Amino acid sequence: MTNVMINTGNYIAAKAAVMCKPDVVAAYPITPQTTLVEGIANYVNTGEYKGEYICVESEHSAMAACIGASAAGARTFTGTSSHGLLLMHEMLHWAALARLPVVMCNINRVVGPGWNIWADENDSISQRDTGWIQFYCSSNQEIFDTVIQAFKLAENEKISLPVMISYNAFILSHTSMPVYVPAQKDVDTFLPKRKPKWILDPDNPITFGNIIMPPEYEKVRKDMQNSHEYAKKLIVDIAKDWKKRFGRYHGDLLELYKCENVDYILISMGAIGAESKVAIDNLQKEGFKVGLARLRTFRPFPQDEILKLSKKADLIVIDRNISLGLEGAVFSEVKASLYNKSNAKVYGFIAGLGGKDVTFNDIEKMCKKVVNGKAKHVEWFGLEEGINLGD
Amino acid sequence: MAIKDLPTEECYIPGSAACPGCPATMALRIVYKALGKNTIMTVPACCTAVIESLHPYTSFDIPTMNIAFEAAAAGASGIEAALRKLGKGDTTVVAWAGDGGTYDIGIQALSGALERQTNFIYICYNNEIYSNTGIQRSGATPYAAWTTTTVGGKTEFRKEMGEIIMAHHIPYAAQTCIAYPEDMFNKLRKSKDIKGPKYIEIMAPCPPGWRFGMDKTVEMGTLAVETGAWALYEYENGKMTFNGKSKLLLEGKIERKPIEDWIKHQGRFRHLFIPKKDVKRIKAIKDHIDEKWERYKSCYL
Repeated sequence: MTNVMINTGNYIAAKAAVMCKPDVVAAYPITPQTTLVEGIANYVNTGEYKGEYICVESEHSAMAACIGASAAGARTFTGTSSHGLLLMHEMLHWAALARLPVVMCNINRVVGPGWNIWADENDSISQRDTGWIQFYCSSNQEIFDTVIQAFKLAENEKISLPVMISYNAFILSHTSMPVYVPAQKDVDTFLPKRKPKWILDPDNPITFGNIIMPPEYEKVRKDMQNSHEYAKKLIVDIAKDWKKRFGRYHGDLLELYKCENVDYILISMGAIGAESKVAIDNLQKEGFKVGLARLRTFRPFPQDEILKLSKKADLIVIDRNISLGLEGAVFSEVKASLYNKSNAKVYGFIAGLGGKDVTFNDIEKMCKKVVNGKAKHVEWFGLEEGINLGD
Repeated sequence: MAIKDLPTEECYIPGSAACPGCPATMALRIVYKALGKNTIMTVPACCTAVIESLHPYTSFDIPTMNIAFEAAAAGASGIEAALRKLGKGDTTVVAWAGDGGTYDIGIQALSGALERQTNFIYICYNNEIYSNTGIQRSGATPYAAWTTTTVGGKTEFRKEMGEIIMAHHIPYAAQTCIAYPEDMFNKLRKSKDIKGPKYIEIMAPCPPGWRFGMDKTVEMGTLAVETGAWALYEYENGKMTFNGKSKLLLEGKIERKPIEDWIKHQGRFRHLFIPKKDVKRIKAIKDHIDEKWERYKSCYL
């Protein structure tokens, strides 16, 4: 039986996490993630969540506790945002290198100073190289479905990597939308109990993470890379399986939207990815031949899929992040995917930093600027003039 | 428990990469004997991360998880919660950390785990320095001791971790010393059967770190207790009990040996004696220990 639940992204994520029956949740509150951990606390109170809930004293400890629990064989979940994610940084690397399938929601929020709690993706983008698989969601339904899919992905023996599900602060975390919630028994069938390859076990005492010499360490890194490569296939398989079982589908590594017979393809993700669909509808109505490839996974990065798109269209990238000293992170990755293999032009926009709203109107303007041949190689969209930045 | 009656089972097995005379390995042998094989240990960055040997080998016959420097108590919290949920709550969970990982970088996670009443044993083997990184000052380094980051001698006194722990009002905390294996064994064995957070700190004189001969580890431990630089005690359900020689010192039944008897053997205090005796700083060390024992007497006698 499927129910419809109308709630905010955070409460929806809490519902999805609890339906995965994690053995241990360890979390620390931070705006705008708080309602996620409060949601889980409510499920502890009602008895719907039967696992252990550790209210740790920091995000660093949240991830350390998840690591300990996961190594002991538990299914583990946590959530954080912005500064919390940054405090975890060391343990993010640790979880990945220890090959522990921790699943975490990250609510994309601006990094301070100055204090700002709105949407911006620089927090998770700056965790790019930690080894985590990174999803970016565009709707509460996608959050719900991706959390459950993430456990299946992370716990696959050939993956054994942690997974981060990111969604934009407030635009999703605090906005109510209707979400289809499947029956618990169907989730249980889709996601059986975790079967770890190894655990901390007094009957089989092994030392994990001790001193390792360079050639062995290099092998560990290569194996992680192999798992990321394999994840590209498995993410697609899991999305298909989900569609078959539950009838919902948010795309593979990319979600392609109206990409037939277009001259340009817009690449965006997160909340801007959702807004882009409206823009594409309007643009195509006006005769602009622009489609959308919404990025669902930033790691692994869908290089082959993007290269394929570039064979039939030029690309427009909107980044809600900036890798200072270079350009938007997605813009860089997209261009790298094309290097030496495609002649497509790539246009980059930085937009919506600091939580500035990016509307479908704005996205249409960016696309039209490119189509009309007015766009530079890379631009900051809507940057307010006249602000004295110090000279 | 007499030494001859200790369990013969060894979980500290050959292949260790420890220095000769290492106090941590002496302590680990006793820890394993006291806690038995149904134990899981987490180890942050510290000498033990080296002692346990190179991947894919190990010198520990109990499951061991290495964790980041500041994260031992938090990692243990996760292990403990998982075991409880998975129906393996009878396994003893141990966090085993040095003084750097306990007094300094790990104190937040430790305090959090104690406050949450985590059912585990936190063991700090205290060699009063960051020894694994090559002898740098820690919050446990005593006043006037040379380290590579306090070249002329540390200018501050060490913090009283035991009293910080007691302020958490946990069911059991104790101080012991590698020179007193029976005391160490008894405290560990007792802590194993107590539910909730337990904290045990082991004085662990480090030959290369303190600059004394590798055959003097036990002697340095004994003198630490006999001079009152270190005390053997237990804090159980709000009640403080001094043990062994520390009890006799507290009750005034024996005299504390002069502190010089301890520090003169240690190269880290050499500058207090050579080229000429630094009377002022030696007196400061002595006064500090006197004050500590006056406090012990007024609070716990």
